[in-house]
Amino acid sequence: MTATVKSQPVRQREGSPWTGMWAVMFKEMADHLTSARMRILEILILLTAVATVYAAMQDIRSSIGSDPFLFLKLFTLSRDPLPAFVGFLVFLVPLVAIALAFDAINGEFHRRTMSRVLAQPIYRDALLMGKFLAGFLTLALVLTTIWLLIIGLGLIGLGVPPSGAEVARMLGFLLATIFYGGFWLALAMVFSIVSRQSATAALASIATWLFFTVFWPMLAGLATQMLRPIRLGLPQEIIAQTQLQMTLSRFSPNTLYSETILAFLNPTLRSLGFVLPIQLEGAVLGTPLPLAQSLLLIWPQFTGLIAATILLFAAGYVLFQRQEIRA
Amino acid sequence: MSSDYVIQTKGLSKHYNGLVAVDNLDLNIKRGEIFGLLGPNGSGKTTTILMLLGLTEPTAGKVRVLDFDPARQPLSVKARVGYMPDQIGFYDELSARQNLAYTARLNGLPAAVADERIQAALDRMGLLDVADKRVSTFSRGMRQRLGVADVLIKQPEVIIMDEPTQGLDPEGAHAFLRNIRHLKEEGITILLSSHLLHQVQAVCDRVGLFYRGKMALSGSVAELARKVIGSHYHIEVEAYGDQKALIQALQKVPGISRVQAHGNVYDITANSDLRAEAAEAVVKAGGRLLALRVEEPSLDDIYAHYFQEVEHDSHS
Repeated sequence: MTATVKSQPVRQREGSPWTGMWAVMFKEMADHLTSARMRILEILILLTAVATVYAAMQDIRSSIGSDPFLFLKLFTLSRDPLPAFVGFLVFLVPLVAIALAFDAINGEFHRRTMSRVLAQPIYRDALLMGKFLAGFLTLALVLTTIWLLIIGLGLIGLGVPPSGAEVARMLGFLLATIFYGGFWLALAMVFSIVSRQSATAALASIATWLFFTVFWPMLAGLATQMLRPIRLGLPQEIIAQTQLQMTLSRFSPNTLYSETILAFLNPTLRSLGFVLPIQLEGAVLGTPLPLAQSLLLIWPQFTGLIAATILLFAAGYVLFQRQEIRA
Repeated sequence: MSSDYVIQTKGLSKHYNGLVAVDNLDLNIKRGEIFGLLGPNGSGKTTTILMLLGLTEPTAGKVRVLDFDPARQPLSVKARVGYMPDQIGFYDELSARQNLAYTARLNGLPAAVADERIQAALDRMGLLDVADKRVSTFSRGMRQRLGVADVLIKQPEVIIMDEPTQGLDPEGAHAFLRNIRHLKEEGITILLSSHLLHQVQAVCDRVGLFYRGKMALSGSVAELARKVIGSHYHIEVEAYGDQKALIQALQKVPGISRVQAHGNVYDITANSDLRAEAAEAVVKAGGRLLALRVEEPSLDDIYAHYFQEVEHDSHS
């Protein structure tokens, strides 16, 4: 910067960064909801939901009356060869989120609409926020619909209404799922800012997803064995190894999400880590925890997931603000 | 800075990682004129335009657009200045009307006003029949017209167009330039960049020649011709008569430096428009004058001449 620029009175930029955000958001959301890409994914999720819930219901019917948290089982019970609905969600939600955002920014450059849109009286903030919000709300809409559908199926199939505690737990599960999608949405958006080719952005997002789904658990295991080997078989060694492995695996959003929904949907879960006999003193095994206690258990994971989403969005925001508009 | 000028820059510079894209540019554009930014590709035209709109921050220098600072008050500038980028793009899966409606919403226009303006803009650009068709079916010329319609939605005081006639067939380009002239008649100031000189010449009041980020020359085409080519007027005289006598007579006229004969046609190089004098000389020498033409210097000539000189200077 030279002296001529500095000599100008430094004022804040005029107007609000939100100007035009809603216009961008509504347009993007309309695009998402009518796109063929979204329809395919919606059908995919819908089919898995119906199939897994139907399978789960077969098992639950036999235990009606004995379990106070019947509804939660709709999401978690699995029956061979189908995994539980939540098992599907762990890898389906990232795919939906990536499909929504991998061409958010580079698509505008590719269609040569970027400079035309930014020449309208809006800030870049509005474009990015609008696009992220549209993706996030679309995701929330799809997930909430399926969530309601499953509850509806449960009501008809089981013939018992969910209790207040169950509804609260299911809401927590829904919120965690939406933010888990938000993480991947923000990630795909960062890639769509960094890479000018939407195919590259999609591949990079999928590669990250594959890395966390398949390779990270393996790598965490390998790294743990190298860093904290068990030489003498002492309890300290075993504890140290398990703790390191858990710490490493929690760098993956998939682990954070799995642990969060496990605690929400399984009230009897008391600890996610290593349980020492002293910790079980006075505990009645198999009794459910109140929601507040479950929430306390996974509070770090739950907030970590939301924080990761916000951090990624912030990174994308900074990158986009610094990007040159000319192609 | 006075308000006679709608766009003013002073010492405007932009550096991209050590590369100078725009170098100390002083640009003054008056209200209501059509100004052409001319220059080869990569000479800094688009960068200058982006700085005028506040889409890129200048490295140094001052910019005022309609008395606003585009870096600090981009919304005020962008609400009043329409920009048609080079190779304009639309959302292909939306119709022409939907594309314009999005622009209207981004400009914060109320729905009723927006509908009215969209209808008027589409009508004006002759796109009403295809208003509800997807833009993906549009030809290049139709997209370009939709681009103008898009700019008109905000009823701008200034329109900036980057290479607006690129890729259009001659007829399309001609129609397009006619539209530009109509816009000028409404009092809209127009800044257009191009490297297609003969088109720019036909429509611009003043032009600025860009070369390596600097404005090498500016003024009306005639002024530039005087500056660059100097006093080189080409006059063509067609006359019957004794060739030698005619050549001699013409060469005696003060101001004529060279006469060349091809049959009955005499090519004259003069330092000003000496048609009358040449005609007089021909008649006095006993020739019978058939035709008399002066070839006005075209922007292409000026351009070629100027850049030849510049290249020559930089090599020596």
